[in-house]
Amino acid sequence: MASEIILDDIVKTYGKGKQLAVDHVSLQVQPGELFGLIGPDGAGKTSIFRILTTLLLADSGNASVAGLDVVKDYKAIRKIVGYMPGKFSLYPDLTVKENLQFFATVFNSDIQENYHLIRDIYVQLEPFKERRAGKLSGGMKQKLALCCALIHKPRVLFLDEPTTGVDPVSRKEFWQMLARLKEQGITILVSTPYMDEAGLCERIAFIQNGKILKTETPDQILKEFPDALYKIQSDNMYHLMELLKQIPEIKSSYAFGDSVHATIKEQGSQTVRQRLIDAGLPSLVFETTKPQIEDCFIQYLHE
Amino acid sequence: MENNYSISVDKLTKKFGNFTAVDAISFDVNGGEIFGFLGANGAGKTTAMRMLCGLSIPSSGKATIAGFDVYKETEKIKRNIGYMSQKFSLYEDLTVAENIQFFGGIYGLDRKELRDKSAELIARLGMEKDAKKLVNSIPLGWKQKLAFSVAILHRPEIVFLDEPTGGVDPLTRRQFWDLIYQAADSGITAFVTTHYMDEAEYCNRISIMVDGKIEALDKPAALKNKYGVNSMNDVFQHLARGASRSDL
Amino acid sequence: MKQFWSFIRKEFLHVFRDRKTLIILFGMPVVQILIFGFALTNEIKNSRIMVLDAAHDIQSSRLISKIQASRYFQVTQIVHNEAEIQEGFRGGNVNIAIVFPLNFGHDLESGERPQLQVLADASDPNLATALTNYVSNITADYQREIQKINTPIPTIVPEIKMMYNPQLKGAPNFVPGVMALVLLLVCVMMTAVSIVREKETGTMEILLVSPFKPILVILSKTIPYLFVSLINVGSILLLSVLVLDLPIHGSLLLLLLESTLFIITCLILGIFISVKTQTMQAAMLISLMGMLLPTMLFSGFMFPIENMPKPLQIISNIIPSKWFYIIVKSIMIKGLGWEAIWKETLYLLGIAVFFFALGMKNFKIRLA
Repeated sequence: MASEIILDDIVKTYGKGKQLAVDHVSLQVQPGELFGLIGPDGAGKTSIFRILTTLLLADSGNASVAGLDVVKDYKAIRKIVGYMPGKFSLYPDLTVKENLQFFATVFNSDIQENYHLIRDIYVQLEPFKERRAGKLSGGMKQKLALCCALIHKPRVLFLDEPTTGVDPVSRKEFWQMLARLKEQGITILVSTPYMDEAGLCERIAFIQNGKILKTETPDQILKEFPDALYKIQSDNMYHLMELLKQIPEIKSSYAFGDSVHATIKEQGSQTVRQRLIDAGLPSLVFETTKPQIEDCFIQYLHE
Repeated sequence: MENNYSISVDKLTKKFGNFTAVDAISFDVNGGEIFGFLGANGAGKTTAMRMLCGLSIPSSGKATIAGFDVYKETEKIKRNIGYMSQKFSLYEDLTVAENIQFFGGIYGLDRKELRDKSAELIARLGMEKDAKKLVNSIPLGWKQKLAFSVAILHRPEIVFLDEPTGGVDPLTRRQFWDLIYQAADSGITAFVTTHYMDEAEYCNRISIMVDGKIEALDKPAALKNKYGVNSMNDVFQHLARGASRSDL
Repeated sequence: MKQFWSFIRKEFLHVFRDRKTLIILFGMPVVQILIFGFALTNEIKNSRIMVLDAAHDIQSSRLISKIQASRYFQVTQIVHNEAEIQEGFRGGNVNIAIVFPLNFGHDLESGERPQLQVLADASDPNLATALTNYVSNITADYQREIQKINTPIPTIVPEIKMMYNPQLKGAPNFVPGVMALVLLLVCVMMTAVSIVREKETGTMEILLVSPFKPILVILSKTIPYLFVSLINVGSILLLSVLVLDLPIHGSLLLLLLESTLFIITCLILGIFISVKTQTMQAAMLISLMGMLLPTMLFSGFMFPIENMPKPLQIISNIIPSKWFYIIVKSIMIKGLGWEAIWKETLYLLGIAVFFFALGMKNFKIRLA
């Protein structure tokens, strides 16, 4: 089966070649896949989205969406994709309903035709349908933007950081919606700076400074984590972290939620453990733990 | 000073017409504490923060920031706090050194103090080579670290951090938290909002706002115990799910 | 077509939702007409005149009452010496002063050369010239009256007729000017700003990634402003006929057609600016500096083009409002027809076509 989205050695620079935004990126997304582009702001995610949605021309390399070339067939691509840019991009002075109606007609559709696609999301918006979009909260704006991107039943959906600045509850709901859309057979490329959302994608690509660090399924990425990972806890976290920085057997150590995650050089775990006990840290916990996606990303950043 | 708290809030309320954005919240923050201020979009966090920074006069209730009253002494409050947000932090078209000088100047540091402090700060961040670069040409993570350092340049008693790490990569995020820990260790109180639930765990205590009220306030471990869950994310989901106006 | 209508509907919603701007859009022409019509008139009425009458005879007092009776002057002060005249000018209390010498009446009656001194405050040279002319006219008039009575010698009396504007009213000049200004503001600035706003809010990004033709996105944004502008043309014409007493002498239909052409030219300029700019601030500045200012300077509405140095006269030719100003004046005030304005119309059309082509050439179907 042909890939639905193909990026082949794409390079994009700004400011007459001075600023490298996308650095020889190659990627393939399969039809019906929920694919996550994971990386911090400024990694090049938005440039990749704009190249795929025919809004920007790459300096070199080829890209296609649904078998259509992003340069030659831009008109055809614009008919079949849905796009939700990173910035809030609806009309703040139009009501929820007016926004939706407008985008439906622009894409040659109407609300009734594909209502089944947006029904789950739209019922939450319904009570506010006469409210101006500018007066909605972050979570609701994001749901409305998704509705507007979906209303013409796109074949491929591009979501650029849809959950940035949105609270954890709304984020969770949003990902549940994406899972349902995937069942409808829509190919989804989504980007996020939140590592915990990576696990919800079928495959992910880590991206940093315009380069793809790794493309894999989340499970496989976790499996490939090369070292044993230790979870270390104490009531005095600050001193624990300072201490760990001074122990030569520690390969890497960083805060992770309520504990510190550390990798240790070969045969060093007993020494480290003893040093920590000797330091007399209050309520010390020292145990191995399973890596998470964020551990893996940090691992790749170190490489 | 009535008390020794850095921040002391008692039944603080803000109403807009007949809508109560912040509904009689009360809490105290100790000096040198890292206090996490969480809540869903629309729960009233921003309104509350504005009152604490002296930018908005409360409708009722009491609050003192660094010992100063939020009704009458807003100018003194502004001199004794630092503020950093993800949205605005530094002037992109000024150099690193110019930004430091500008913000130091606002807080009335004299020339010698300014020179010493900015040299020290640039050295501490390891940015000697970049001091003359425009801020818009340095990486986002550095910007955030620089912005934080500038916010505490005048050694405020409290620093307010509004989603300081949004969009930053995981490594830089942790380096950023190292800075917060250092500042707290030196006695500066940090008041932090974030959407990263793992960062909530880094705080000494956290409060979670739902519908304008503080629904939970304790150490992260105690909250997880109380609700019988394993992560702050679960605590948050548990509390905020019941919100009736998370989307107002 | 359905898409296009939906677009236009949306644009109208934008315009009508923004109450403050709406009030400005429709209020601006009314206020401008009223301000120009009543406050900023350049007609001379009731100028303050000071009289030093050393003669104190029948002739001098008759001439004074004739001056007083004219609607140009109002005798505000009768003074008794030169120092008081100086004082009056210095205080800015008067515009002009007349001094009758001791034997004014005697000289006039005995056929000597009677003298009359007229002093004017020439810090405003145009006003000073106009006022001294009025005084000369009044005295010449008076002289003819008494000559008729005494010795009827034939004299040449030039009969002056002020064509198209016999009462020398200011309104005929500024109504076309205000029309050009208002249409320019609404069409160029509002259109440019409203298109650039979509770039700033990011909605342009979504619209570009839609099957809708990008050029139609832009064109649809001009429709509400075309509509608003036509209403403004109507209200300006109504006001000038009803309130300023300025009838439309030529064909109303022709006037409306020419206005529409000018509106379309302005909309094209607005699109052109929006294509070339990325922020609303830039769009606004360019519209004001690049369009509004030249209109004030070079349309002939405030400063006569004939008096300008040659290079500026040439520049004035590329200002569309200059041609529109001439056209409106010709139709509305002179009552002329198509044969008198076809050349100006062609110029206007040329400018429109030129900028349309330039705009289309620069129009981008992508972001950067």
